Amino acid sequence: MIVKDIVDILQGEIICEGDLNQEIKTACGSDMMSDVLAFVKDQSVLLTGLVNPQVVRTAEMMDMACIVFVRGKKPDESMIKLAQSKDITLIQTRFRMFTACGLLYSNGLSGGCTI
Amino acid sequence: MSNAIHLHYEVPGDDFTRAGEASGLVKKRLKVLGYDPDAIRRVAIAMYEAEINMVIHANGGYCDVDIYPDRVEVLLADSGPGIENVEKAMQEGYSTAPDNVRNLGFGAGMGLPNIKKYTDDMRIETELGVGTKLYLTVNAN
Repeated sequence: MIVKDIVDILQGEIICEGDLNQEIKTACGSDMMSDVLAFVKDQSVLLTGLVNPQVVRTAEMMDMACIVFVRGKKPDESMIKLAQSKDITLIQTRFRMFTACGLLYSNGLSGGCTI
Repeated sequence: MSNAIHLHYEVPGDDFTRAGEASGLVKKRLKVLGYDPDAIRRVAIAMYEAEINMVIHANGGYCDVDIYPDRVEVLLADSGPGIENVEKAMQEGYSTAPDNVRNLGFGAGMGLPNIKKYTDDMRIETELGVGTKLYLTVNAN
């Protein structure tokens, strides 16, 4: 799967365009950035309902290519600018967290860990 | 020691949105240097957690970073309230962060345990009412 596929599967809107052809193998979903930093390893997509610049910073530290904002949450201008400078794609979807994760999972994206 | 690269950053305490700026710059610098990718990520995450801590608890501070060919050493220092119980602060899930910080996605009590997990050495010097110094070392492969 590539970033562009995520946009299609989640009927999403691209808010900030990074590399849409980047290969994506795993993802994680969380509103708690502390947990993302503690538990995530090599996941390249973050699904979240949290909207503040630290979401972009967290993705940056974890080398993530793409952030999906669920429940129609919209990042503000400061987040978009930050994502642009880090070459991170921001996608907005109207699906809720569970459904968005489920759709990606059923299309072949895994969580990248066993338990 | 002459081949160390020294970097210094101020961490502003009044602007949560800027927490992580120093970590991002260090990460970028290490990438340009062609540093070990695993070490880069561990430095970035540990430093970022520490920066967030500084902004949440201590009204900011500064960090000094020394890049050696075989390791990165980071000092993060603040003049905050100090850590009352370091042992407790090292426990996963223990947090003294206010609720508004949780709304921002932090304050889960994972900061210091996470920093310890990602670094090869971590040392805390803290004094109530004076401040905290956090010394981190990440070895490169």
